[in-house]
Amino acid sequence: MRPDLEIIQQWIQPNSKVLDLGCGDGGLLHYLQMTKNVHGIGLEIDEMNIQHCLDRGTNVIEQNLDEGLSNFQSRSFDTVLLAQTLQALSKPDHLIDEMLRIGKNGIVTFPNFGNWKSRLYLAIRGRMPVSKFIPHSWYNTPNIHFCTVKDFDALCIERNIRVLARTVVDLEHQGSWYMKAWPNLLGEIAIYHISKDTD
Amino acid sequence: MPDSIPTDSVGLVTPQVYKFDEPLTLRSGKVLPEYELVVETYGKLNSKKTNAVLICHALSGDHHAAGYHSENDSKPGWWDSCIGPGKAIDTNLFFVVSLNNLGGCAGSTGPASINPVTNKYYGPDFPVVTVRDWVSSQLRLMDRMEIPEWAAVVGGSLGGMQVLRWTISNPDKVRHAVCIAAAPKLSAQNIAFNEVARHSITSDRDFHEGRYLEKGTYPKRGLMLARMVGHITYLSDSAMRAKFGKSVSNFKQDTAENFGRDLRSGKLSFGFDVDFQVESYLHYQGERFSENFDANTYLLMTKALDYFDPTVDFEGDLSKAFANSDCKFLLMSFSTDWRFPPERSREIVSDLLKAGREVSYLEIEADQGHDAFLLPIPRYVKALSGYLQRVHQENKSDAP
Repeated sequence: MRPDLEIIQQWIQPNSKVLDLGCGDGGLLHYLQMTKNVHGIGLEIDEMNIQHCLDRGTNVIEQNLDEGLSNFQSRSFDTVLLAQTLQALSKPDHLIDEMLRIGKNGIVTFPNFGNWKSRLYLAIRGRMPVSKFIPHSWYNTPNIHFCTVKDFDALCIERNIRVLARTVVDLEHQGSWYMKAWPNLLGEIAIYHISKDTD
Repeated sequence: MPDSIPTDSVGLVTPQVYKFDEPLTLRSGKVLPEYELVVETYGKLNSKKTNAVLICHALSGDHHAAGYHSENDSKPGWWDSCIGPGKAIDTNLFFVVSLNNLGGCAGSTGPASINPVTNKYYGPDFPVVTVRDWVSSQLRLMDRMEIPEWAAVVGGSLGGMQVLRWTISNPDKVRHAVCIAAAPKLSAQNIAFNEVARHSITSDRDFHEGRYLEKGTYPKRGLMLARMVGHITYLSDSAMRAKFGKSVSNFKQDTAENFGRDLRSGKLSFGFDVDFQVESYLHYQGERFSENFDANTYLLMTKALDYFDPTVDFEGDLSKAFANSDCKFLLMSFSTDWRFPPERSREIVSDLLKAGREVSYLEIEADQGHDAFLLPIPRYVKALSGYLQRVHQENKSDAP
């Protein structure tokens, strides 16, 4: 299982309703269905991924996140997931607001652009970082809104979003005391468990 | 039929007739004292009776969905591309039931049947039936066939509306609902096209107030015109450009360049006869249809479409209609379908979500317009196949 997904699943309650935004091949939802009896629906736009979801019996709706989530009722899910998709959205802040309208809580994971490797790459080479984790060049990347752990923290404060838990890990999803101490510098993947009080 | 039956065909099939003596009270309040339904089945019902799939047909469909009736048939049933051994609706796994709906003209009781009370054709006296009435009659058929529940109910267009009605009226009888290229109800534009079709039939002088069969005739021109109009709405602009834009390759490689304006005889006639291929195609389609379809049935089927509105009992709220529909849903739509475009399927999906239902939805890129649901479009067929494979897997794992 993908590193971030391993951590995410610990925050999902058994028998809960889960909406997975950008659910990929449905792997996580399927796992949650099997192990936690979760009722899940995934949103996805990639044809191959959608077919994988159907093949494994995971509910999937072909829907572009950039076109909004107005077809989902407020508080109609327990948890709304957004795993490794935030940075590819045209209006990530809007989507986070929408997540926390639809779900009682949300889980967001994203590649931390504040990681020392990215900083070093840019500082030394003077070019946009390209790595195993961020494999695209600037002109063909689907990732149009990179952010850092500090950026995301700031957004949460600005939008009155409560951070229930925050973890940063490396690509092998190993956490450590030094990552806890310097998350924005050392964390490669940021994982947030968030919620928002209803107004 | 092809020289030999393809290995993925259900082969030669024989329809069966089921007779029902118990009166059926229709949505209109009228009562049909007795009726017959003509049915085809493919595959075998398993011992636990958990693998039955109901196919609901669309406006001009019938019970003959797959295989061949005789060795002289030039074409198989209307959904042979999806029904057969190893196909998306796999007859090695499922027991597939396909019937001609009440009011049809392919063998089930309808306007072209003899009214036992008068010993004459029903004609216009045959009551208007609705999607709800069809589902009621299908439920009786199900009981007669001793099928406790459907593993899946599957249909496109008007067939998809029957699928929705099944999940609303008889949620305990349906495990999976597959609703393709449908709409929650018709739009004014949809109804307008239907009215043009009906008016062309009823204004034909051979219509005789619907009693044409008694006079030994039928409203051929009206039916032709109705089908020509209908056919245009089933195709997309791009499909027509491609279909009737072949000869232009003499000038340019891109066939879309002539907008589908292939000429029938290579030059303009400067008269009012048929000049373009598309015109002669519509004439041919209309003519063929008029010879095989009953005009009163066409009127009735279009009314069933116009009247379909499952929200009438639920304060206009479709999500409330789905409150008890605890089956799983698969919906699909096609990008160039302008009769029931993707937005209409998305409306259904939204209301299913609002009702908290489990739903999957695909929007298939296809040039063929509304007709796409009848065609072997790879992504569509693969999705249907994948979904039904899961239905089959569930069946196996549920077995005690």
